[in-house]
Parts: sequence; C-alpha cells; structure tokens
Amino acid sequence: MIMIFGIPGPLLFGQLLLGLINGAFYAMLSLGLAVIFGMLNIINFAHGALFMMGAFASWMLLDYAGIGYFPALILAPLLVGAFGIFLEKTIISRLYKLDHLYGLLLTFGLSLVIEGLFRNAYGSSGLPYRIPAILQGAFNLGFMYLPIYRGWVVVAALVVCISTWAIIEKTSLGATLRAATENAPLVQAFGVNVPRLITLTYGGGVALAAFAGVLAAPIYSVNPNMGTNFINTVFAVVVIGGMGSIMGSILTGFGLGVVEGLCKVFYPQASATVVFVVMVIVLLVRPRGLFGKAA
Amino acid sequence: MLLTRRSALTTVAAATTLPLIRRARAQGAPIRIGVMNDQSGPYTNTTGVTSVVCAKQALEDFGVATKGMNVEVISADHQNKPDLAVSIARQWFDRDGVDVLLDVPTSSVALALQSVVREKNKVYLNVGAATSALTGSQCSPNFIHWTYDTYMLSKSTGGAMVKAGGDTWFFMTADYAFGKQLQSDTSDLIVKAGGKVLGSALYPFPETTDFSSFLVQAQASGAKVLGLANAGGDTINSIKQAAEFGINKSMKIAGLLMFVNDVHALGLDIAQGLNLTESFYWDMNEGTRAFTKRVLPKTPKNYPNSIHAGCYSATLHYLKTVADMGAVEVRKDGVATVNRMKAMPVEDELFGKSKIREDGRNLVPAYLFEVKKPSESKGPWDYYNLKVTTSGEDVYRPLADGHCSFVKT
Amino acid sequence: MFGFSRAQSIAFVVMLVLIVVSPYVLYPVFLMRVLCAALFACAFNLMIGYVGLLSFGHAAFFGMGSYVAAWTMKVWHVDASIAVIFGALTGAVLGLVLGYLAIRRSGIYFAMITLALAQMVYFFCLEAPFTGGEDGIQQVPRGHLFGFIDLSNDMTMYWVVAAIFLGGFLLVHRIIHSPFGQVLKGIRENEPRATSLGYRTDDYKLIAFVLSCMIAGAAGGTKALVFGIATLTDVHYSTSGEVVLTTLLGGLGTVFGPAMGALVVTSMENYLAQFGAWVTVTQGVIFMICVLAFRRGIIGEIGAFLKISL
Repeated sequence: MIMIFGIPGPLLFGQLLLGLINGAFYAMLSLGLAVIFGMLNIINFAHGALFMMGAFASWMLLDYAGIGYFPALILAPLLVGAFGIFLEKTIISRLYKLDHLYGLLLTFGLSLVIEGLFRNAYGSSGLPYRIPAILQGAFNLGFMYLPIYRGWVVVAALVVCISTWAIIEKTSLGATLRAATENAPLVQAFGVNVPRLITLTYGGGVALAAFAGVLAAPIYSVNPNMGTNFINTVFAVVVIGGMGSIMGSILTGFGLGVVEGLCKVFYPQASATVVFVVMVIVLLVRPRGLFGKAA
Repeated sequence: MLLTRRSALTTVAAATTLPLIRRARAQGAPIRIGVMNDQSGPYTNTTGVTSVVCAKQALEDFGVATKGMNVEVISADHQNKPDLAVSIARQWFDRDGVDVLLDVPTSSVALALQSVVREKNKVYLNVGAATSALTGSQCSPNFIHWTYDTYMLSKSTGGAMVKAGGDTWFFMTADYAFGKQLQSDTSDLIVKAGGKVLGSALYPFPETTDFSSFLVQAQASGAKVLGLANAGGDTINSIKQAAEFGINKSMKIAGLLMFVNDVHALGLDIAQGLNLTESFYWDMNEGTRAFTKRVLPKTPKNYPNSIHAGCYSATLHYLKTVADMGAVEVRKDGVATVNRMKAMPVEDELFGKSKIREDGRNLVPAYLFEVKKPSESKGPWDYYNLKVTTSGEDVYRPLADGHCSFVKT
Repeated sequence: MFGFSRAQSIAFVVMLVLIVVSPYVLYPVFLMRVLCAALFACAFNLMIGYVGLLSFGHAAFFGMGSYVAAWTMKVWHVDASIAVIFGALTGAVLGLVLGYLAIRRSGIYFAMITLALAQMVYFFCLEAPFTGGEDGIQQVPRGHLFGFIDLSNDMTMYWVVAAIFLGGFLLVHRIIHSPFGQVLKGIRENEPRATSLGYRTDDYKLIAFVLSCMIAGAAGGTKALVFGIATLTDVHYSTSGEVVLTTLLGGLGTVFGPAMGALVVTSMENYLAQFGAWVTVTQGVIFMICVLAFRRGIIGEIGAFLKISL
C-alpha cells in the first residue's frame, strides 16, 4: 500500500473526496452570500437561518403535505426565496445607503428572531428527515465506500453553482445585473427596474441557501441551530475568495473543503480553525482575496 | 434628558425586582425552588421548560397546598453562559429568597455555581449536568447529583457492550472537557474488561457538522463498536451520517450520552439498534406511565427523559425533607438540609428506592437500552427495549476513587 | 480637566451619582456585570468610534485578560490589583501582536482579519492546559486588594469595580482628547491627508489598538475577579459580537454610549432570562428596531435631539 505522510494513500484519497463534498455546501452557501453582497452590498448574516429554513421547509412539506424530497428541492427554495423577497421589500431595502456594519447587524438580529421562533415551535433536538429511497446505499470505489447521496450532493451543487455563474456572467440578464451593480442610476436611466432587480437577486441568493438546506436535511440534524455552525466558515470562504466574486466563492468553497478534509486526518482538533489560518494568510498576502478585483 | 432616560430605566429595573422582594418579606417567605437551565439553546428539549413543568408537578403531587406549605417554583434561562448563571444565582439567593437550585445542565455552568451555593449555604440539586467532577474533585456538602454522570454512562454502556462481544472500539469525541472525560472513562473500563481501543478522532466542538471523515477513519480501523463521546446535535449528526455510510450495519453504535428526545429527533429507521444508557424511561412501568400522562399535556409536546424525571424526583424528596425538618430549619442551613436528604431514604414511583451517598451521589440504577426497530414500535415515543440493568451501587464511581475533599475515607 | 464639554460634565456627574446610588437600589453583582461590560465597550468604542476600525475579535483580549487574571489569582495567589494589571498587560501584548498583523487592513477586511485571529486565540484557549478547556478556570478566590481590603463582600467589590471602570472611562476620554487622539480623528476622517502631513498613520492606529486591547484585558480581568470564573464564553466570537451590539445600541463614537449600551444589553440578558425561549427573539427584535430606527444609538439620539455631543 502506498503511504503518504504516514497515512495509507487510499485513505487519503477518500478524505480528499469527502472534503470536496463538504466543500459543495460551502460553495453553495458562499455563492448566495457573494451574489447578495455583490449586488446589494449587504453582508447577509441571516444566511445561516435561511439555510435552516430550507431544511425545515422540506420537512414541513413532507410532514404536512406529504410532498417528497425531489419536489421539495424545487418548492422549498421557492418558498424560502419568496420569504426572502418579503424581507428585502419590508426591511432590508431601507439600508442600502448605509455602512456594511448596519446590514450585518440587522441581518444578525433577523437570524436571532428566525432561529428563536423555530426553536419555540419545534424545539432544539431536531426533526427526522430521511434520504430518499432512490439515493440510499453506497458505491464501493475500491479505496472507500461512498454513499450515493454524497455523490448526488456534489453533482447537484456543481450544477447549481455553474448555472448561477453562467446566468450572471453569460446571459443578458446577468449583464444588466452586473451593470446595475456598477452604476445603478445609469442602468435605471435605460429603463431597467433596478429595485426589482435587486429584490429578485436577494430572493435568488436566499433560494440558493434554501436549496443547500434541502440537500443538507437528510444528512445533517434538522434543528434551528444548524445554520450557525456553518455561517462563520462560509463568511471566511467569501472573504478568502474575494468579496462579491462569484467564481471565487465557488472555487474557494470546494478548495477549503479539501483543506479542511486534510486537516481532519492530520490534526482534527484544528479542523474548524484551519479556515481562519488560511484567511489570515490570504488577507496578509492578497488583501482583496484570491479572486477579488482590486478596488 | 439623559437624566430622565437613565433614571427611568433604573426605576423600571427596580420596579421589576422590588415587588418580588417585598412579597417575599410580606408573606412569611415561601420556600423557592429555582430551576435554571437552557431554554433557548441546544439543550432546550433535554432540559428546558419540561424540567420546570416536572418540578411543578412534584409540588402538585406532594400536595403542597393541602399540607399548608408555601412553596414556589421559579425559573431562568442561563443561555449556557457561566457568568450569567452566577449572576442570576447570586441574585436569587441574595434578593429573591431562593433556597434550592435545580437542574443546571452544561458542565461549565454547573461547576461555576458549586462555589456560589456553598458560599451562600443553600441547596444545589443538579440533574442536568454530566461531569462526575461535581461529586469528585469539585464536590460540595451543599450538593446532590441526581440521575446520571459521565462515569455511570461509561460504565453502563461501555461495560455491557464489551461483555456482549463488542471488545474493539473507535471513538468519535467532541474536543472539550466533557467529551474527553467520557472517552477516557469508557476506555479505562473497556481495557479493564479485556477490550481494546483501536483509535479515536477528536473533532472541534461545536463547529463540526460533517463527520464523514471520521466515520471513514472508524470504518478503516476495523473496530466492532463506534463510541460517540458527544451530545445533542453532534450525536444526531454522527448517527445520521453513520447510517448513510452503512456503519450501523457493520459496527455497533454506542451513544454515550443520549436521551429519548434525541432518538425521537433521529427517527427509528435510523436510530434502530443503538445502545444507550438512561436511568428513566417513560414506558417502564405503571408509575412512569402515569407520571408521563400527568405531565405531558403541560410540556411543549416533549416526553420526559431522565433529566426531567430527575427534576421531579429531586423536588419530591426535597419537599419530604421540608415536611420533616420544617421550613424554618430548611431555610436556615443548606448543609443540614442536604445531610437530612442524604439520611432519608429516597423513594418515588419513577426511580424506585435509592440512597444518596455521602459525596452527594444519588445511586439510582442505570438501564442499558437498545432502540427498537420501526416494526416493534407500537405507538408514539415507543422507542426502547431494556437490555441490562446495573444497580446504583455498581454503576457509579466508588466513593474512594472520587477523592471528594469532605468525605473521610 | 478631561476635556469634557459643559453638557458632558453634567452627564458625567449624573453617571457618577447613578454609580454611587444604584447599588443601594439594584443588585450589586448585576451592576458589576454592567460595569465590566461597559468598560469593555468603552475600549471597543475607542477603536470603532475614534479610529474608525471595526474589530470583530475583541473577545480575544477580553477573554485572555480574564484567563490570565484568574490564573494568577488562583495559582500564584497574587493581589487583586496585580491580577487586573496582569489582565491588562496580557490584553496589550496580545493586541500588539495581533494588531501588528491586522492594522494594515481597513473596513470589512480589518473586521474579518481580527475575527480570524480571535478564532485562533479561541482555539489556543480550548487546547492550552492552563485554561481548563470547556470547564474553564473555576472557583477563583476574590482575595484582597492591596493586601488588606477584603473583596469577598459584594459592596466592597462593587466600589473597586466602579473605580476600575471610572479609571478606564477617564483614560479613554483622556486619550481621545489628547493631541494623539486628535491625530487619530484626523486619520479617521482622511488617512491620505494625515500621511501627507507626515504622520505614520499605521503606528498611530497600532498604538490606539494596543490601548484599546489593554483596557479590554483589564475589563476581562475584573470580570474574572467578580465572578470567580474564566471560561470559553469570554473568548468566543459571540462575545465579540455582543460588544459590537452594545456599542451600537448605546451610540457609536459617543462618550457615554458604551456605558448606556452595556446597561441595556446586560439588563436584557438578566431580566429576560425568566422568559426562557423568548430571550433571543426579543433581543433580535430590539437590534432590528435599533438599526432601522435609532441608528445613532440611545445616547446618540438623545444628543442629536438636544443638539449636544454626549
């Protein structure tokens, strides 16, 4: 057996693969954050809570309406995205002219409220949600045992990430959006309804978080705190990738998943801290992040 | 303007506390039981409001009103912050006339309150916290630990599983005092019983949500048992993902600290076959079922677990002591009250008979349960099959090994 | 003498009176919590309010100050005053090291780099043997001040804490109104200009950061003394978040805002505790209202209403 740094090679490959899968969640969540930051200039601290709502929405759809996993994958992001639009219209839109700090604090308060309400309604232990029958079981890759569901998560995440990137970078809608980010009054002057565009962008970013939530529901505990554990790492991903950079978030998300996976093999205690070590190094060397544009 | 705003705030704050004190002084001082636990964080279901409900149920069942006793239950959320807990507890003792501190999950918070209660000479009945240091190196003559601790969990779950053939173990351990202690206690017992620990993974707490990396390491180790030295959401995540990796079929999974509420959160199709230890199960006998029927309508759709039942049992025993000693004596001296509680035999319909040891350890029996298959479950929350019962004398750490300072050995 | 305006002098006297009177009305241990939080917020306000840098990692200095003070008290049995000084020094040294790395960044990047560095400090506290991990350092004796003042009495302790708070409060105020403080304000308003005038702006910012961290460390040390514990909660990022909220609620860049914010936030935590599950919801709603309607904070709004600077 090949040994790499004292660890059997196959085990290491397995860990790399798992890291990549975890990275899929980071990528999806930080993608939503990056889109919202790029367009609205708001650091959306409520992202974790909205991710949690996505997971809860899929549970509710199943429990109250008998709607299964695959329809929920579409419906839950739509429902939570609509809720996001409501939030943007009623509260968040009041903050656009202000410092980042206020947006951060408002959405932080928002996440306290959302999580608190869910905890009151459903307790803190969590709710059961199972892997759909068709995705149960595992592949034997020879060097490791890979659950089919994990494979599905990577595929789904890649599809969503790449299509989001393509919409923003390659379509005319995306072009308008990017133009509005650069110079909103000018785009408005061309007859584009910029406020509506902004609202829809926020809804879209939120829907991405909810989509990740549905993907997470069968493998993570569905409880009101599930988003808070992610949110710090996801912030770090966005900063490392370069705030507002779409591709930066996606690549950094997957990349950090791998780094974290390796850390879990060699020094697991530090696996939650390694992300911040990377962040400090990146910010010291490249203040704008790995893929950020120089201001 | 500043003056008025500030003084207005002061007045409001004073207005909220003063009536409490005045009432306390006016009515010849009722006995107050202060339930302090987590009502807004991760342990809301395993402790929380249900503990308060159970303490109040004990007042009702004891017939406080008919016996002419004046007892009240108040509660607070310590938000898992030790300094907040200390501040509330001091205020309770100094100003609000609280005589007993009940429940208090989260080891760091539970330990922080130990010295406060001792300083004020009150009574501290801990049910929710796990660390066995509370009756060991950090013991206190004002303290009783009611239904479980880390040593008992390791001994019951670890000991029984090695006996049943699970002699090689891999641990997934939350990297903090509680997790490490649980792992080391269990490892000692496994080795003593002739088993072996093949490996372990210490993971960061509470930031870890994905356990797949550690599960693959566990699988590669070839151990027969996967020991989960963690709690709450971590345990649920580990088990969910273990099922995903098919580990629940190739290894036995031992949840070293799990409650019936966690099993409910997992669902039986994932939780089936798990081994875990609790000292109470609602569907154990007539007494436990009757109790559950009484409290269930008042809880937030939450069946009582061993902590909730322990809050009931501890309150009941305390009330008996009050009836025995008289309210005046009880209020005067916490140590004397605790000593009387230790001297009196404990008996109720939830835990049966037990005895409180000198160091404050209540020796209730421990039950090793296996979680039922979905096909075996007949109704809501019908989750456990009893496998092994270990008596309180056998399952808790021997008195001499605790090195409690005030116990003469 | 400390550069107070007339309105500020009146407000200061009001605050003094409140500090003297309130322990006879309210519970002293609760008030000590308020004062520790207020001192911490004053330290934080020095950075955000006067240098314009948002540190998201101030819990690192507060928490390490608290650990070191608790440890020296418990293991070396030092005098209470020495323990608090140790706490302050720890804050200052740590501030110098972390500040040296962070100070070249500004805006959201400064916030993020301080957050990341604080997370590393948190990890160190979790793993280092002397901190007691999750259980923290417990049962720290309050001991004596200057060898003869017994601190086990809550009222005595209260006066000591009040003195420490006032000392820190006036120090912050003195710093702001010194020539050094004027340069800081100049940097906040227009950094390139300050540079062109020949000021080494990074050095100024670093010194301000170290001073802020020193006071935060003293606040942490005092808190460890009052409660007899030092735990991971104090270094956790939620504590960093709380001090941001405290300062914002009271009024960023106001003299009395941090103290007011500390009073409100601590009261909320304390008096909402009996409402259990609604604590977080209520807190969340209050923060949202604050951001949406009272952006200048309580003291800032009052000042704006009276057209004075408080």
